[in-house]
Amino acid sequence: MALASTDLLRLATAGSVDDGKSTLIGRLLFDAKQVLTDQLEHVEEASRRRGAGMVDLSLLVDGLRAEREQGITIDVAYRYFATPQRTFIIADTPGHVQYTRNMVTGASTADLAVILVDARKGVLEQSKRHAYISTLLGIPHLAVAVNKMDLVDYSEETFDAIVRDFCDFAQGLNVRDIAYFPISAKHGDNVVEPSENMPWYGGTPLLEHLESVEVADDRNLDEARFPVQWVIRDHESDYRGYAGQVAGGILRPGDEVLVLPSRTRTRISRLDTFDGPVDEAFAPMSVTMLLEDEVDVSRGDLICHVDDAPELERELVATICWMTDAPLRAGGRYAIKHATHAARAIVEEVVDHVDIHTLKSDPGASELGLNDIGRVHLRTSKPLAFDPYSRNRATGSFILIDETTNDTVGAGMIC
Amino acid sequence: MTARLTHLNALESESIHIMREVAAELSRPVLLFSGGKDSIVLLRLAEKAFRPGRFPFPLMHVDTGHNFPEVIEFRDRRVGEIGEQLVVASVQESIDRGRVTEESGPRASRNRLQTTTLLDAIEEHGFDAAFGGARRDEERARAKERIFSFRDDFGGWDPKNQRPELWSIYNGRIRRGESVRVFPMSNWTELDVWEYIAVEGLEVPSIYFAHEREVFARDGMLYATSEHMQLIDGEEPFLASVRYRTVGDMSCTGAVRSTAADLGTVVAEIAATRITERGETRADDRVSEAAMEDRKVAGYF
Repeated sequence: MALASTDLLRLATAGSVDDGKSTLIGRLLFDAKQVLTDQLEHVEEASRRRGAGMVDLSLLVDGLRAEREQGITIDVAYRYFATPQRTFIIADTPGHVQYTRNMVTGASTADLAVILVDARKGVLEQSKRHAYISTLLGIPHLAVAVNKMDLVDYSEETFDAIVRDFCDFAQGLNVRDIAYFPISAKHGDNVVEPSENMPWYGGTPLLEHLESVEVADDRNLDEARFPVQWVIRDHESDYRGYAGQVAGGILRPGDEVLVLPSRTRTRISRLDTFDGPVDEAFAPMSVTMLLEDEVDVSRGDLICHVDDAPELERELVATICWMTDAPLRAGGRYAIKHATHAARAIVEEVVDHVDIHTLKSDPGASELGLNDIGRVHLRTSKPLAFDPYSRNRATGSFILIDETTNDTVGAGMIC
Repeated sequence: MTARLTHLNALESESIHIMREVAAELSRPVLLFSGGKDSIVLLRLAEKAFRPGRFPFPLMHVDTGHNFPEVIEFRDRRVGEIGEQLVVASVQESIDRGRVTEESGPRASRNRLQTTTLLDAIEEHGFDAAFGGARRDEERARAKERIFSFRDDFGGWDPKNQRPELWSIYNGRIRRGESVRVFPMSNWTELDVWEYIAVEGLEVPSIYFAHEREVFARDGMLYATSEHMQLIDGEEPFLASVRYRTVGDMSCTGAVRSTAADLGTVVAEIAATRITERGETRADDRVSEAAMEDRKVAGYF
């Protein structure tokens, strides 16, 4: 039997009302033959009820009653499909400003973002905002899908102008790889199949790009990071192992390691899994680490190689996406969760606020409101072992929690 | 060296990470184990996360009393092998105690009654987190649900106001009386589950494989004849080679015609199927366009 040996690509899609995002996802699923009969019947029936002339593929992906009623995406929906080359998880994220926090949720785990641009409208502020948030969250690959090419007569000039505009804008973004695709999600041009309507386009269809873009190199394989999640004990066999998910680098038995924050040195004696010991562990493997010496290690500690330890500080500056109505201001106190470590944090200062429409930084800001993004200086109750987010998404990120409501109110990316 | 994981390895690792976070952050978790394929995988993931230690939680089954006997037999045997504690929450007891009223008529099902039994058991045992094997690919409301799904003190889900869930940092903080449903296999698909069962060599109840059974056709589905099902006029039982794609209550789970008698042919059949598992075999999702969303808001898994 053919068993799974494909790798996994997590992608996020972003676009606003009428950009055709849901139609694009519907088209990807449909043309990749991932839509099953009962789902399609459902959509055909709903399309008829709404008086749509042709099958509206966007109806495949709207999940909640309120979304179907309003024809908008409120929260992230996850879709799954596989081709012989790859398995995909699509986080279908909302594009509206008021649901930015949900877009951030969907984008936080993505390897690649598909940014929708309406060919008739060109690069609007919202497309820029989606691209900015995607790159802010460290998504290394952008695919700009210029949609509705059928409505601009499949014009090469229109496409080229949009590409030029986007390139100009992207100069200011921290992104390694941008690819551009002229598509019509409604008619299927350049989504899964090459378009006969755009012979001037020499590139691949979108799906082929998604299947081939190299993401394994995006992980940090240099600096070993192992946040301890859970201590596994078995009294009968005198077993004591530290369980966690590798967050960076490559760990091997015999490696000399440092336990933070205590700075105790020891060596890895074994890397265990339920299926037996392994010779090496790298992100995102979940393993259990056994150490040579009896040292004090508990949840929240971070184990790294002795020669490339992360920062261990009580002060940090981070870009924060704020997710609740009550604004973030100097003096605010929150619970902070960083990797497996829980502490408390106080806001020392709001450093600046980025206008997510113009992407201009405003250093005079004194607070961040709902869906605002800006840099903040924090002091924590205990030292945190962290890396810049640009080096490691796992040890460079944290969440802020309101201690009275228990809500997650901020997403932080350490500068 | 490529340092690359297959997609199944990546999914497994993510699930293990989620289970350990719950064990560390919540005080009294429970793992829901029905003997169905998803919870069989969930149980293996728990072994991967916590062995050689013991599970930091018991297992629980919400037993409608209308389950397939093959599945109950399997459940008890598997729990015995694994050596962990099983709590059985019984819908029959909820009926006997007057907490719920049995539906009547030939289409009666205990599916809806499970919600009360589940919520009562969560309260009685003081569970603050319950692991379930639900997957986002199953159904449109589930596609929207977070991995940590918060429930108010009535067990209800508020789909329009879910906590942001960033990276793999989970916020497990809750107030007394609230609880969280945790779905470590959110990102798995039905095919992933079967491939994993094959790779791990996991045993599943015999009804997942093709067998000869007396069935009758209703609403385009095949149901097993049993003491729990009343025939409606015109329904004629007949023998057919069938298997089950999902395992729920006998009153709402349909069989599919199949000759797939081993894991290899089941995986091939799932890979080639053109109908979703819940669309094909679950009457409980056919009630309305938002049947699952409505039940989840009320506290269903």
